[in-house]
Amino acid sequence: MTVSLTLIVIMAVLFACGVYAMLERSLTRVLIGFLLLGNAANLLLLIVMGRPGVAPFFGSADPAEMSDPLPQALTLTAIVITFAVSAFLLALIYRSWQLGQQDTLQDDLADIAIRDRGAEAEDVMEDDAVTPADTATTDFVGVDTAPIVVLHARDFSSIRDDAPTDRRASDPGDGKTGPGSAGSGSTGSGDPEGGDR
Amino acid sequence: MSALVPLLVTLPLLGAALTLIFGRRRRSQVTVSIITLTVVFVIAAILLVSVDSGESIAVSVGGWPIPFGIVLYVDRLAALLVTVSSVVLLAVLLFSVGQGAADGDDDTPVSIFHPSYLILSAGIFTAFIAGDLFNLYVGFEILLVASYVLITLGSTESRIRTGVVYIVVSLVSSILFLAAIAAIYGALGTVNMAQIAERMNELPQDVQLVLHLLLLVAFSIKAAVFPLSFWLPDSYPTAPAPVTAVFAGLLTKVGVYALIRTETQLFADSSVNVLLLIVALATLVIGVLGAVAQAELKRILSFTLVSHVGYMVFGLAIATPAAIGATIYYMVHHIIVQTTLFLAVGLIERRAGSTSILRVKGLMRAAPVIAVLYFIPAINLGGLPPFSGFIGKYALFDAAAEVGTPLMMVLIVAGILTSLLTLYALMRAWNLAFWREEDDSAETAARISHLGNAPAAGVQTRRRVIPLIMTAATTGMVAVTVSLTVFAGPLYDVCTRIGDALLQPVYISQLEGATPDRATQEGVGHDRATQDRAAQGEARQATGVQP
Repeated sequence: MTVSLTLIVIMAVLFACGVYAMLERSLTRVLIGFLLLGNAANLLLLIVMGRPGVAPFFGSADPAEMSDPLPQALTLTAIVITFAVSAFLLALIYRSWQLGQQDTLQDDLADIAIRDRGAEAEDVMEDDAVTPADTATTDFVGVDTAPIVVLHARDFSSIRDDAPTDRRASDPGDGKTGPGSAGSGSTGSGDPEGGDR
Repeated sequence: MSALVPLLVTLPLLGAALTLIFGRRRRSQVTVSIITLTVVFVIAAILLVSVDSGESIAVSVGGWPIPFGIVLYVDRLAALLVTVSSVVLLAVLLFSVGQGAADGDDDTPVSIFHPSYLILSAGIFTAFIAGDLFNLYVGFEILLVASYVLITLGSTESRIRTGVVYIVVSLVSSILFLAAIAAIYGALGTVNMAQIAERMNELPQDVQLVLHLLLLVAFSIKAAVFPLSFWLPDSYPTAPAPVTAVFAGLLTKVGVYALIRTETQLFADSSVNVLLLIVALATLVIGVLGAVAQAELKRILSFTLVSHVGYMVFGLAIATPAAIGATIYYMVHHIIVQTTLFLAVGLIERRAGSTSILRVKGLMRAAPVIAVLYFIPAINLGGLPPFSGFIGKYALFDAAAEVGTPLMMVLIVAGILTSLLTLYALMRAWNLAFWREEDDSAETAARISHLGNAPAAGVQTRRRVIPLIMTAATTGMVAVTVSLTVFAGPLYDVCTRIGDALLQPVYISQLEGATPDRATQEGVGHDRATQDRAAQGEARQATGVQP
């Protein structure tokens, strides 16, 4: 099997960068890391295809000349999956920011409580765990965005959206039914209630 | 018979589409979901009976010759697990219907729960009947994406926070799995499991080891095996009760199933059993110590879940037919019992308004039915005779003692210790939540202060009436756990046959033999190189179905 050295180097760099970015606490960087990792894995699939040849259409050429089509099919599938998952992640990051003004991953409060059990004067432990809103690291600060609204919210009176609205302070808070402007951002198709109108 | 196999996947997917269409009509959604899962259960039961008496069924989707197209492969193991999981899925569905009807769906937006749930089922079934690695990957992805939706259902703050942990960890394991598939294809030129098993011996030992470990890491994350298990107790407890129940019962077991296939069929000759034994030891002990430290029922159960995955890895690492059989039996037992316990805790949460064992008290008097429904699966999980937990553990220890190396003896001791500590954690919860009277005595107050400021993570919610259907679903599951003991004989025989069969490698010729009409037509040559090249035209179109 002959393979291209360039592709291997690129794949290795993508894997390394992806892992590095995924180790960050910021969810946006985790997303970027995931995208890099996904592409690295797809490249790996392409590399194992071996020497590229003629497009593998049945009967169009001698089979020995064709490139191996199976990894291409696998790559396509993997791309589709990565795409769907990134869309979902984006929606999740947005919702996370909307709820807490931050898109960093927080420690599990219950874990912290367990760890600190028995030690005295650990009232501060909650302060350590929750990043105050004004020091939040987020890539959304100051961005004028449309709020996520609950689809068909009026049909389910019991759904209450307790998220702080993410519009400017000058706006009168008009609850949850304000329709988003056109192009208010993509959300995962499977997201339970985040959806643009 | 082989026509029934694809229905296991297509029916839930069709059902999901229908429930999406009926998004505004709750009653139709419920009907469609229940009918779908019932039909799947019937099909799975038929398949189990026919596979157990006859030969395994291999179906080539789209009619492409077997190594090239997508292969669905149903043997005893797959049929048994599909049957068991359809029972569990059905019971949890009924439970969630009851809960949703009573809650007015404030926690579960009505339009998305049923489609996601059915897609989750389709993913689980796909993974169980996948005949090639890539189809297994697709199955994993289907169930994972559905589980992402279910675990963040309602998008409350805590669910988003824990959902992110779960999702990111799952993504990493998926990427690792994909990379492993690519590496295996590069080394062997196939993703078909039977063909991989056939060709694996041609590889040098070190390459085999790398591929083996890559797959093991990917699957161990999904199965929550010790060093890779920390995501589970963080993410499961915050989801709605039925979702947690089905995740705890089934999702980790899909990972264990993949581990079983990897260990027994793909890498029959490359052995990492000592490593697996040590990992199992750590999983058993550390998992259960986590459970002992917790004061919230769902977290206790999540930690025992991690711990008990250790038993299955243990059985896998012993690698004798008897041990594999015992592992399968234990797996079936654990799927059912763990789900039942989570359902019972769902009832407790509803009745008492909390799942913290520091807050809940006096349930024995207030809700004797829930007490019974919690107690039976709890002592079952703890491994008291005559319940199935005892049978499974005894069979495991017996198989280990037959091998008899010192490490096996250490594992047996750790297994017994884990069993006792599980019992201790669950019975402490029982004492505090059920036995304790509303007015605390000095003794219980002391015990609670010993628990100290353990996190009372459970959110205090309203105490609510429990609809009959929730109790009925849980009671049904408890009855199933008891029937695991009553019918332990026939079930254990099936598991033993699975154990024997799994250690016999399945070769591609057997798959072809299973579908004589298709496989022989297109020139399946004898020279491997020409065969691969010549059939790539078909392979392209056959696999083109996947995206």
